[in-house]
Amino acid sequence: MLERSPEAELLAGGTDFMVEVNAGLRRPSAVLCLGRIPEIAGWRREDGHVVLGAGLTYTEMMEPELAGLVPGLARAARTVGSPQIRNAGTVGGNLGTASPAGDSLPLLAALEATVVVGHLAGTRRTLSLSQLLTGPKRTSLEPGEIILEVRVPANFGTQEFLKVGTRNAMVIAVASVAVVVDWVGHGVRIALGSAGPVVIRATDAEELAESRIDWEERRLAAGEDDLSDFVDLVRAAARPIDDHRSTAQYRRHAVGVCAERALRRAFQGDDRKEEPWSS
Amino acid sequence: MTTLDTLAEAGTTDRTAQGLGTSARRPDGRPKVRGQFAFSSDLEAKDMLWGQLLRSPHPSATIRHIDVSGAWRIPGVVSVLTADDVPGRSSYGLDYPDQPVFASDVARYAGEPVAAVAADHPVTARRAAEAIVVDYEVREPLTDSEAALTAEPIHPLGNELYRQTIRRGDPAATGVVSVEGHYETGMQDQAFMGPESGLAVPAADGGVDLYIATQWLHVDQDQIAACLGLPLDLVRVHLAGVGGAFGAREDLSMQVQLCLLALRSGRPVKIVYSREESFHGHVHRHPARMWYRHTADATGRLVSVEARILFDGGAYLSSSTAVTLNAACFANGPYKVPNAFVDCTAVRTNNPPCGAMRGFGAVQVCFAHEAQMDKLAAALSIDPVELRLLNAYAPGDELIIGQVLTGTAPVAEVIRACAAAPLPPGSPDTVPELALPGGAGRTAERRRVRRGVGFAVGFKNLMFSAGFDDYSTARCRLEDGQVTITTAAVEVGQGLVTLIQQIARDVLGVDEVALGEAATVGIGSAGSTSASRQSWMTGGAVDSACRTVRERLLSSIAQRFEVPRTGLELASGRVVSADGSFNVSLSEAAAGEVLEETAVFRHPGTAELDENGQGDAHVSFAFAAHRAVVDVDLDLGLVKVVEVATVQDVGRVLNPVQLLGQLEGGISQGVGFAVMEEIVLDKGKVRNPSFTDYIIPTALDMPPVRVEALIEQPEPGSPLGAKGAGEPPSISSTAAVVAAIRNATGLELARTPVRPQDIALALAGQPSEWAGEAPATPSPAKEAMP
Amino acid sequence: MEQLSTEGSLLSYTLRVNGRDRPVSDALIEENLLYVLRERLGLRGSKNACEQGECGACSVILDGRLECACTVLAASAVGREVVTVEGLTPDGDGLSDLQEAFLAEGAVQCGFCTPGLVVSVHDLLSRNPHPTELEIREAISGNLCRCTGYGRILAAVKVAEEMHQP
Repeated sequence: MLERSPEAELLAGGTDFMVEVNAGLRRPSAVLCLGRIPEIAGWRREDGHVVLGAGLTYTEMMEPELAGLVPGLARAARTVGSPQIRNAGTVGGNLGTASPAGDSLPLLAALEATVVVGHLAGTRRTLSLSQLLTGPKRTSLEPGEIILEVRVPANFGTQEFLKVGTRNAMVIAVASVAVVVDWVGHGVRIALGSAGPVVIRATDAEELAESRIDWEERRLAAGEDDLSDFVDLVRAAARPIDDHRSTAQYRRHAVGVCAERALRRAFQGDDRKEEPWSS
Repeated sequence: MTTLDTLAEAGTTDRTAQGLGTSARRPDGRPKVRGQFAFSSDLEAKDMLWGQLLRSPHPSATIRHIDVSGAWRIPGVVSVLTADDVPGRSSYGLDYPDQPVFASDVARYAGEPVAAVAADHPVTARRAAEAIVVDYEVREPLTDSEAALTAEPIHPLGNELYRQTIRRGDPAATGVVSVEGHYETGMQDQAFMGPESGLAVPAADGGVDLYIATQWLHVDQDQIAACLGLPLDLVRVHLAGVGGAFGAREDLSMQVQLCLLALRSGRPVKIVYSREESFHGHVHRHPARMWYRHTADATGRLVSVEARILFDGGAYLSSSTAVTLNAACFANGPYKVPNAFVDCTAVRTNNPPCGAMRGFGAVQVCFAHEAQMDKLAAALSIDPVELRLLNAYAPGDELIIGQVLTGTAPVAEVIRACAAAPLPPGSPDTVPELALPGGAGRTAERRRVRRGVGFAVGFKNLMFSAGFDDYSTARCRLEDGQVTITTAAVEVGQGLVTLIQQIARDVLGVDEVALGEAATVGIGSAGSTSASRQSWMTGGAVDSACRTVRERLLSSIAQRFEVPRTGLELASGRVVSADGSFNVSLSEAAAGEVLEETAVFRHPGTAELDENGQGDAHVSFAFAAHRAVVDVDLDLGLVKVVEVATVQDVGRVLNPVQLLGQLEGGISQGVGFAVMEEIVLDKGKVRNPSFTDYIIPTALDMPPVRVEALIEQPEPGSPLGAKGAGEPPSISSTAAVVAAIRNATGLELARTPVRPQDIALALAGQPSEWAGEAPATPSPAKEAMP
Repeated sequence: MEQLSTEGSLLSYTLRVNGRDRPVSDALIEENLLYVLRERLGLRGSKNACEQGECGACSVILDGRLECACTVLAASAVGREVVTVEGLTPDGDGLSDLQEAFLAEGAVQCGFCTPGLVVSVHDLLSRNPHPTELEIREAISGNLCRCTGYGRILAAVKVAEEMHQP
């Protein structure tokens, strides 16, 4: 269909696209409804990875089997919008819209997700998140390309996602942090959302955290309990702005608080009880 | 969850009984749950066109030229209008007509209408409006309310909209303890769900029938007729279904433009605002800057209060006069103070116009006076509730305007009962994770969540004031045993339509009560659905009309059936004598008779305030207290409101479940104004005209409301004994929530809404402007406020 | 797409709404499902309060999933089952148990949010017949109400839940 109408605009869940259409900001002459393409729906396991179809909805990310494999993504999905939005919004759409506040993006970045993009000519290419997301609401997608799927490792470490918003539902993140601790590879990955033009990996803070962890005991090494320098590095990585939702000063402060909390939770392991959801 | 036990004591919750005091069901409820109720946005007419307004994007601009030719070139466009097309008076206004129908030579706020289009499809109409080219010379907007008084006038009538001064007692009088503070409240929006919409149908007689969601049909009619240059009887305003109002529909929105489009095109025209346009299309709550100083004696008795209050009225007058007057009258709160010096001024700026919103000036001053009372209590080491009890108004006391409280004023009872409400069980350590501040965002660490409790009391007047001729009209018609009540009173969701039926049932002993159409045709004004006045005023008119019909009916029956008049009663659709010897159905007894009575109900007159702000300006007052419990994430500044308990002075419970709805709904607006709701302006432009960024509480944000008690002391002069209940829930609830946050954090928090940064940065040692000084450690707030 | 026909930039197609096929002709491609339901199919129960998917007043059930009709491109709903508030309402003058509960508990004031809530709560109870209060709040967190403060709505859902039927 893209061949016939290369100007066709891409529509998945509609939660971003249709808002623009309704406001008269987007006047499509042709629309390719990605929700009809079974190949990009759902998810599958593939040699130690989980492959998420671009059409996978937030509600589907929260379903028990997938949530067990990528728990951080399920946590992120629960913070998105409302039940209505979660039923329609997709991971492909979240990536394609590339909002700095995209709720799935920090966790995907922390998992070092790769994105498979397909061209109507039949070719495919694989991108890292930083290769795909080039700026606020900008991607490196070429005309004729669509996001097909996102690959993340399955059962990868301890995954945390914290989202700061001024309301408990239907809120654009003012700041968000994803932290993934890889107990096998001895790695810490920290990604910040709504703290810059694109999602940011706080690599200096990651290195510091890695050096502080007693990997055998799965906790902070003795005498390393003060994480204030870690927090400073997280804050230094952020490039937040002032806008009508919040201030740069607060966002910088908040990502530091959240990163520390997320990291400490990684050491609580199974002790941490969590409220299941039923939606 | 809310306790209905209180309501069960107050009045029966027997849902099968239908008279006053019962939770009778609303007559429009059935169509509403079925999705069949016709809101103004659901209307349609044959050959209908769609209208669209074009609005100025600039808060201040000279309009050099408007080129509409681009609109006319679009197929499907039928009508294009600008200021030159207004045949009558070029401007309108609730108090004074200072607001142009279309801006002609100058735009004074971002969002001001400049032109209007009618076309055959809403998308065509929007594109046509966008094709109109307006040559603006953009000017520097006046956006600072403090600068407004000395700045160049931005309107021929000047930049001072209204000033209310109150001087009472001895300016030199002072107490041994003094507390003062600067406070600020932001711009709240009514944010009703049903966007502005209406349908205008041109009539063969050269007039127009307008179907509109509004708050006062006749005052709309007056303004529309003047602007259209038509006599009143050619402008027929019909009430269409209203999707909430809360003050935002008191001013005209699209009425004149819509009627003009219809008259010009000769076809029905419908306009429905988008949500974004709605934010630009109605007035908002006045933002306020306030300075207060209270002094008291060593026991805590108030000696003096001084207040300077500045309201940003935005570009046009709207109802700033009355809002300012009210704020001044209630600036001290429901507390006796012998010496009061209040200066309340509303100024004109190029910010969006501000006007009526539930609470009408009392909300802003309540935020300040309650913060002051808490400061005073702290300074004197007196319990904050005890301090309020010590000073609380009682019947016979004088307000700071000199008016004596001649009606009921159970302020102490309200305070005591609310303060005595048991605290909700649980703590930040025990609540489910989803219920912690931050919710599903999972940001909270329990050991860093502090619970706080806050208490606040507020009050305001009921009905219109200061000499306004406030009345309502109702007609009762009894024909073939069928009762029909007709008024022009506007139902906005509050349940007036239910009350009207309940009254008629009680007086006339019938079950079925039909309601006539609410329109300006054939009946006089019912006054505004605002000022918590309709239960009293339209209730009074309906009651009066029904009683007159009842009297005439019973006298007529007595005569015709030759039975004694005394002892004759109406009950259960029958006419019965006291001894039971006469028992005939109403339809039989009244067969062939048509009895109709139109009653006009007025409340006793009120006086204007003199040059010292003294006078008996108000009819009645209602009081309420709120106690809020919050959990605060100290490091992120996120707040979860855990519970709001309330006690309200209601006079009499007319419909328990509807009353509960008013309390819970008003409190939700108070909660929103405390922690999340604010129109954000950037040099006069609204940055957040959407539900994405103007955030109101969702079901996950709104706490349970505990109605601890309802104080029923029937109000003398109130025809049903009840006091209006709509506004008090939204007055002190905001102040209570912020007081609770102060209790949890130890911060001064002189501004509402409180933003996360106001808490988090202050406690982290980086104070933001409004947080006040951060203490060395946050004060522990594990114990509740008494 | 096989069920759409185009004439210039206008589309014609059939939508299956509340169990019946309903033709739509000469529609603009950009029309959302809410617009088509209300203005072309005369199903005005679903309400437009924001056109951004932020308020839930236009909630419908699409192939068994609760969604906002305003964020659905109408033409993309071809071949899917759409259920609106009208489809959850008995014929004639009757009320479902849920609708009855809303009236009995005073959950309706202005009523603008009500149809969307009826759909959302129906969806909740069909998947979770006995939700806790927190589960109810989360399930209706996408339905804004400005009049009620949600108290009477929660009470109504509890009553409906006790009736065992949505």
